[in-house]
Amino acid sequence: MREDVTFSSNRGALTASLKCEIDHHTARRMREKIDGELFLCKPNVLILDFSAVRFMDSSGIGLILGRTERAVAVGATVRLTGLSDTLYKLIRLSGLERVKNLSVTR
Amino acid sequence: MKRIINEMKLRLPAISVNEAVARSVISAFMAELNPTVEELGDVRCAVSEAVTNSIVHAYKDLPEGEVGYVYISARLYDVGEVSVEISDNGCGIEDVALARTPAYTTGKLGERCGMGFLVMESFMDSLSVKSRPGKGTAVLMRKKLNP
Repeated sequence: MREDVTFSSNRGALTASLKCEIDHHTARRMREKIDGELFLCKPNVLILDFSAVRFMDSSGIGLILGRTERAVAVGATVRLTGLSDTLYKLIRLSGLERVKNLSVTR
Repeated sequence: MKRIINEMKLRLPAISVNEAVARSVISAFMAELNPTVEELGDVRCAVSEAVTNSIVHAYKDLPEGEVGYVYISARLYDVGEVSVEISDNGCGIEDVALARTPAYTTGKLGERCGMGFLVMESFMDSLSVKSRPGKGTAVLMRKKLNP
């Protein structure tokens, strides 16, 4: 089975590349993996890369909000990248762009 | 008068792996109407939200070892409209108006964000929610494609 999230880190930036459809079913496992890596790495910035995500529902918004909370607790900010039009539509609806310590780039 | 050109019914156990199954089936079912990528994404997301609600909330009090079911029934109309009804025989919603308030959730914070009904409302043309505590909940959504 293909990994649903892979990590790379470079000069204080931890990148989590998400690689599956994000729903309530898949979010649980991704959440645990990202939290584990965040705790081990203690980066300055956590980059969540969505370029390989073909589907996301509001479970993904919960995932992002929860990870932002965890990241802030270890002194990091969060950046979202690689958002398709479909994903960006949901992000805009959720108001995530107004969340502190979280930046959204397309 | 609009005419039904196709219909389907599906019964799935309320287990989380079926969230993906439900949206795949609805994608295939809608293909006949030749939806745009955006329309298909909207309906897939709305269906995913409704099915997730049934799985996460409706059957949360079932005894260990018992499983509830989620029922999906969908129709295509000759005017280019799709309707999807998603229902369960779960615990129901005491206060539907409150449940539909954006950011309201009884789920765990940091996991659920209370956006399900907002997504269904925003991504579909219409949404109606009927619920009876102790009996179950049914949501009916419609969307006109290529309007």
